[in-house]
Amino acid sequence: MARRYDTRTTIFSPEGRLYQVEYAMEAISHAGTCLGILANDGILLAAERRNTNKLLDEVFFSEKIYKLNEDMVCSVAGITSDANVLTSELRLIAQRYLIQYGESIPCEQLVSWLCDIKQAYTQYGGKRPFGVSILYMGWDKHYGYQLYQSDPSGNYSGWKATCIGNNSAAAISSLKQEYKEGEMTLKDAQALAIKVLSKTLDMTKLTSEKVEIATLTRQNDKTVIRILPPKEVQILITDYEKAEAEAEAAKKEKSQKST
Amino acid sequence: METLIGIACNDFVLLASDMTNVNSLFVMKNDEDKLYRISSKLVMSVTGEAGDTVQFAEYIAKNMQLYKMRNGYELSPKAAASYTRRNLAEYLRSRTPYNVNLMIGGYDEKEGASLYLIDYLASMIKVPFTTNGYGGLITLSILDRYYKPDLTEAEAYKLIVKCVKEIHKRLVLNLPNFKVTIVDKNGIRDLNGITPELLSAQ
Repeated sequence: MARRYDTRTTIFSPEGRLYQVEYAMEAISHAGTCLGILANDGILLAAERRNTNKLLDEVFFSEKIYKLNEDMVCSVAGITSDANVLTSELRLIAQRYLIQYGESIPCEQLVSWLCDIKQAYTQYGGKRPFGVSILYMGWDKHYGYQLYQSDPSGNYSGWKATCIGNNSAAAISSLKQEYKEGEMTLKDAQALAIKVLSKTLDMTKLTSEKVEIATLTRQNDKTVIRILPPKEVQILITDYEKAEAEAEAAKKEKSQKST
Repeated sequence: METLIGIACNDFVLLASDMTNVNSLFVMKNDEDKLYRISSKLVMSVTGEAGDTVQFAEYIAKNMQLYKMRNGYELSPKAAASYTRRNLAEYLRSRTPYNVNLMIGGYDEKEGASLYLIDYLASMIKVPFTTNGYGGLITLSILDRYYKPDLTEAEAYKLIVKCVKEIHKRLVLNLPNFKVTIVDKNGIRDLNGITPELLSAQ
């Protein structure tokens, strides 16, 4: 039955659904996890790195985190080749705005322009939607630090902390529990990112080559974007493991006392 | 033959323009408004080819309003000036160029008061004070002598009056009336116009 409405993105199913768009979302829920956390003094993106073959030549410095312009960075979950098309489109939109107005594009406008493209691919005939969800972090003079997420359907929304990709529902619920509204510093956010990632990624031990983290801060009226080197990521992981071990030990002690 | 004057001080911009409309050798009217309010804290004064001036100014003004409707906030003076320059530059290279000279004065919480000069070849410069047209030739030196960034509103107005008096005295052209507008943190306000009657009454 479904096949009749599967073949083209432009056709609604009798239940009023667009299967191709839903399949695209499904594809993303198997992709590498990305999460973003907003803090008072900055913002960060963290992404799971899947291709960690040691024979792989390091062509790119980072696999899933892209700088879009002076004030924005994004990270993608989904089909990488689709994502490459969209990031180059994002950069083009940003530069077009810069040449016209002499200023960086405000964050929401960039997201909104890209979502117009994503939406078009769910409506006009013969095309499949982009199998990509994107997390954007950025700064603009209107609303300060911002975090956005966009879907293959062309919907977008702003967040304080969110996650896309594999096991994202679990990550979002633990972010919801641990996010302290209005009290987060970038340092807290980094620790939280590692904590949530190590819970959500289905591997026993987190390593620095499996995660990449980028931060965005403002210093002297300029946006500073930094992709953390593996060493710093490793320090964060070690700190987390130490804290976890201590908590574990404390718990054991408590249960021994009570018995 | 028209004259524009602009002064940007620490927390306001004054723009003044003559109000004369000329067709070939003849004065058609003396109450033309050449100052366009293009958004809540942005004023543009325009001279040049008759028709082009109004068309271009309104085109820019409407686009400023469109931007505000789409995004919920207005363009900063710098962004608005860049946008205007870009448009003028693109039209310059089309079959239908606009022959206009502009001054854009605006106020912004972060940027403060700023004044931009754009000529018909779409070159743009940010200036503390500037003039345009034949009247400008003899008044720029006056501004150069008396301008200070910390002038008060009344002092800046007096400076404009001084320039207009000089234009009446030295220029062979007939530019009797001037309109003066101020932009500051409260928005746009018209100040008293300058007319020969008012000047002789003082």
